[in-house]
Amino acid sequence: MVDYTSNEMMTIAAARALRNEDVCFVGIGAPSAASNLARLTHAPDITLIYESGTIGTKPNVLPLSIGDGELCETALTTVSVPEMFRYWLQGGRVTVGFLGGAQIDRYANLNTTVVGPYDKPKVRLPGGGGAPEIATSCGEIFIIMAQGKRSFVDKIDFVTSLGHGEGGDHRSRLGVKTKGPTRLITDLCIFSPDPQSKEMIVVSIHPGVTREQIAEATGWPVKFAASVEETAAPTANELGVLRDLHARTKQAQGASNA
Amino acid sequence: MSRFLSLADAVSEIVRDGDTVAMEGFTHLIPSVAGHEIIRQKRRDLTLIRMTPDLIYDQLVGMGCAKKLVFSWAGNPGVGSLHRVRDAIENGWPGPLAYEEHSHSAMANAYEAGAAGLPLAVFRGYIGADLPKVNPNIKSIVCPFTGEKLAAIPSHRPDVAVIHALRADRAGNVMLEGILGVQKEAVLASKRSIVTVEEIVEDFGPRNLNAVILPSWTVTAVVHAPRGAYPSYAQGYYKRENSFYIQWDKIARERDTFLAWMKTNVLEAA
Repeated sequence: MVDYTSNEMMTIAAARALRNEDVCFVGIGAPSAASNLARLTHAPDITLIYESGTIGTKPNVLPLSIGDGELCETALTTVSVPEMFRYWLQGGRVTVGFLGGAQIDRYANLNTTVVGPYDKPKVRLPGGGGAPEIATSCGEIFIIMAQGKRSFVDKIDFVTSLGHGEGGDHRSRLGVKTKGPTRLITDLCIFSPDPQSKEMIVVSIHPGVTREQIAEATGWPVKFAASVEETAAPTANELGVLRDLHARTKQAQGASNA
Repeated sequence: MSRFLSLADAVSEIVRDGDTVAMEGFTHLIPSVAGHEIIRQKRRDLTLIRMTPDLIYDQLVGMGCAKKLVFSWAGNPGVGSLHRVRDAIENGWPGPLAYEEHSHSAMANAYEAGAAGLPLAVFRGYIGADLPKVNPNIKSIVCPFTGEKLAAIPSHRPDVAVIHALRADRAGNVMLEGILGVQKEAVLASKRSIVTVEEIVEDFGPRNLNAVILPSWTVTAVVHAPRGAYPSYAQGYYKRENSFYIQWDKIARERDTFLAWMKTNVLEAA
């Protein structure tokens, strides 16, 4: 048994969800770590796309920003930002989009815009960026978020990007043909949508985590699938590659970068 | 044809109070020193358009140059908040700041439509999202061929585009390489433009036949400004100073540390 943190478990579980043949639209932070971990382990041929226009990028260290030079230098090609959003994202070339947020509800709608009323914000967050269109244009969406009652809420203050809307067939009623959030990977467990209601339900629990812990960290009455799996613990190889990646990144960005 | 001007002369002549200004550069090639000159010349009531306001607009907003911000992602990438933009939106300091918020896709489409001389941008976007409820400039249009409902927003037609590029040649043509962002579109969408460059060369020399070049006659002024993107970067010249983006979080968090930094590093550093 190798020691690992819940954050490492989350990143590794997210990496495993990616397939070698995927074309993945990557965000900064945990999605970037998970995508590159997948590329450096079981999915060497995965195509990683960052919204700055880099296609097929293979960074040696994780970028701090979405447009670090490292992404461009290691890419197959780099296109303009309008081309990225028009031809590649809207054009339907991306199989998986990775998203995160400040707030999420049971239907995996996300808020990265504002806490409190829009006109009189309590906390003004950065906003949607690419998310509103990533959420509907990618074949499916994986979400990575650490779980807690302040972020996993009964009702989000603002729908920055569509998940399953009000549930059921809401996406298709809006004319959206893509699957939406198929996995929500947290530091405690993995959620997937119920096939009918589209509510996100727990399908796999990370080793050592209890149902009570999950319920305690969820702002709605959390449901569990009829048969819940235990997430496989990180392997020594997965942990080694992830830690090397973080160590290289830290070295490249200087000790000041936590 | 573009003219070679000093930074001070270019800003003085081309950027006017009340203008709508797009200073673009998607993480790469952000026109930082041009932003500093606009602050030094105390431009006021600007409508500032930019996909990612970044440090450059945090500084312009905090120094009172802006009356309105048009944006799609207002954070310090990989670090956290833009504290000056937040203080303006949440507390009205140093003055009230109107804002119009879009998605990246919308902003990119609006620049492209502006460059194409169209009045609006049409794209598949904002489905199921709340922004159309709070931004009256997000509307929809029905495709006359398929009946599909698509998002529509006005194109960007700024008074001035300000960008930073790698090189200009002696004729004032401008070359961009690396992460291109929306700079070409922003210049072609605008009435006037300032391009700061790392280097002025006799001739671009051997190059890719499809190199991204803005011909001299599409640019108003070219300014030689080495390290003009710092702490952003210029591909092949210098790297992004990621540690400064991290430091900025502390500098900009409080009004007095921000003002002190601006005084030393911008106002008194011409």
